Amino acid sequence: MQAEAQSGSVIKGFVRSAIAALSIPALAIITAVVLGGVIIVLVNGNPFQAYFGLLQGSFGSARALSETAVWATPYIFAGLAVALAFKGGLFNIGAEGQLALGATSAALIGYALPGWLGYNPPAIIHLPLTIIIGASMGGLWAAIVGFLKAYTGGHEVINTIMMNYIALNSISYLLNDPMKDPNPENVIARTPLIAEGARIAPIFDGLRVHWGFVLALLAAFLVWWMLSKTTVGFEIRTVGVNPDAAKYAGINVKRIIILTMALSGMLAGLAGTFEVTGLNYRHELGFSIGYGFDAIAIALLGKSHPLGVVLAAILFAAMRNGATRMQFLTQLPVDLISMLQAMILLFVAADAIIRYIYRIKAQGERVVLTRGWAG
Amino acid sequence: MDLRRFGFILLIIVVLFGAVVLVGRPMSSPVLIVTSMLATTIAVATPLTLGALSGVFCERAGVVNIGIEGMMLAAAFFGWIAAIYSFHIFSFGAGVSITMGVIFAILSGMLMSLLHAVLSITYKVDQIIGGTVINILAIGLTGFLDRQLFFGRGSVFGGQVPHSPGVLPTIHVPITELFSPLCGGLTNCLEVIRAINQVFDQKPVAISAILLVFLAHYVLFYTRWGLRTRAVGEHPKAADTVGINVIKMRYANVLIGGALAGLAGAYFTIESVPSFEPLLTNGRGFISLAAMIFGNWSPIGAWSAALVFGASQALNIKMQLFRDVIPEQWAILQNSYVVGLIPYILTMIILTGIIGRTIPPAADGVPYEK
Repeated sequence: MQAEAQSGSVIKGFVRSAIAALSIPALAIITAVVLGGVIIVLVNGNPFQAYFGLLQGSFGSARALSETAVWATPYIFAGLAVALAFKGGLFNIGAEGQLALGATSAALIGYALPGWLGYNPPAIIHLPLTIIIGASMGGLWAAIVGFLKAYTGGHEVINTIMMNYIALNSISYLLNDPMKDPNPENVIARTPLIAEGARIAPIFDGLRVHWGFVLALLAAFLVWWMLSKTTVGFEIRTVGVNPDAAKYAGINVKRIIILTMALSGMLAGLAGTFEVTGLNYRHELGFSIGYGFDAIAIALLGKSHPLGVVLAAILFAAMRNGATRMQFLTQLPVDLISMLQAMILLFVAADAIIRYIYRIKAQGERVVLTRGWAG
Repeated sequence: MDLRRFGFILLIIVVLFGAVVLVGRPMSSPVLIVTSMLATTIAVATPLTLGALSGVFCERAGVVNIGIEGMMLAAAFFGWIAAIYSFHIFSFGAGVSITMGVIFAILSGMLMSLLHAVLSITYKVDQIIGGTVINILAIGLTGFLDRQLFFGRGSVFGGQVPHSPGVLPTIHVPITELFSPLCGGLTNCLEVIRAINQVFDQKPVAISAILLVFLAHYVLFYTRWGLRTRAVGEHPKAADTVGINVIKMRYANVLIGGALAGLAGAYFTIESVPSFEPLLTNGRGFISLAAMIFGNWSPIGAWSAALVFGASQALNIKMQLFRDVIPEQWAILQNSYVVGLIPYILTMIILTGIIGRTIPPAADGVPYEK
């Protein structure tokens, strides 16, 4: 009897905590959608038509669903990158640069390796190598910032932003000059197409969704497993909550900071890698602009939980994907979506506002996401 | 400012100016190159100076502000829009419209900073997250309105971006007129005076940025307001105990910071070029923060750091002018992508603290709980 009652209360507690965890993001989304509707009315649009178009464009057909999954793939990886860093007490604003660098180096291995070797390597070697290089370049780029943070105290927020500009400037140069597609008809800053052996197949014939989406879901599971079931994950979370306590407990804090940034950068690098190997088969200048900031919003919306990140990524993907249909139906610019997303982020970050509007009491400890300059 | 940092700044300036003189020698005399480089440096350092001052006011009062980038972007956009609306829709003259542009840029900077103040002071949101929200919101808002106002359905401009009423004029300082009689007809001497004059002939926002540096220094270190601001940022509890309203002081200083970031925004679309493009601030709000840190949260220190960044940007501009005369072994200086990296790399070096560690205000980034 007692055990039954206890398990009953455990289930009740779980349901309650799940509702508590989900209620703020859900209410933030609702509030943003309502405010977005007001803005649409203000610019002489029809909000119902706009939101209908958004839904139809993102979930209305097999094709729409496939495209939503295509958008969701880099969002899940990049969102996981930011979320993992948050868990370790680090704010990675550099997903954008890490992603672009991952995409550029994956494209390089993808198109240039056959030329370097003198023959076409089999897909079983070429594809994994492309993915590994793409991921590790992203990881290396972020690890530099982790190293600076661990050994000099240089704040990761500004350093990741600086690394973004360094990456994007360098990539502009590479795609405009040494890595530019030499095809005489090409005027765009983009690489040549990657070899067949470095490509990931679509899941269904005729739809663009590729196996990278499945791998993204798998990555979300792995990140959750690592964070909650392994020693390294425990160390990352401990450093994130209280680095001083972690140090006294014998954790090598410097090593964990560098490792966290490296893993985070690898995930961001994978986001770029799969855009190249699964979707575009090349890297083109500017295709990834804005992914890094979207990733921050996704991680915050998903409360840095891998499952939450997947859900938030799918929501953002649906909005981006449905926006074209919305624009077609209502002539509202696609950029409306950026506004909606910014408002969702605002309400998630400032949950006090949501709590105030809907009269929800705060509960539990505040999660520390970042620290000031001195930390 | 300690000697090590001052030496570093001097070294970088000498290297950057030296490079320009070295490369540009076949085209122009060293004096002319140095003065024109100096003039460009002061001009392009303007938004960095103002952004760093914005940061100084916020952080001296204890509020971390990484939203300066977003405040600048929003101000650049709304100032530009205000100028266009007053010129084309309300049919004001060009002069009035441009002035309206500056006023609205400052106001929109303040409005964005009010949001930051509400988030970080009243709702005690993590200040770095709050700043990031400001940055993302500014990108979304300006991108959306830029498209909607000109190309949206029912746009009064019917699908094209109209001409802006223009940019702020250069203010001529009569150095040549005053000193040329001293030369007594020597052409070389006249040339030098004209070249020096060029450094002082700046536009209104650039000039006010320099005046504001000294005003900020005076306000922060020689007035009651400044003392209270610093008290609130160092030890809010003690300030509260002696009757200073911590919340009010923080709000006021964040709003001052917003106005300064707004003026920086005006530099982009009303002083520098009469147009707007999405993301035009291009990280300069963040570089301002690095200037503020390197300047040890003091206005004059921040200004000198901003000049270093300005000089590295000016180097890039000058190198494009000297494109055709760059010698083979210096070809890398011609590559604007590579030279464009200098400010970003400098920022990272500065943040490592190897050129002298700086100390932020003690309560920087900590919400005040009574």
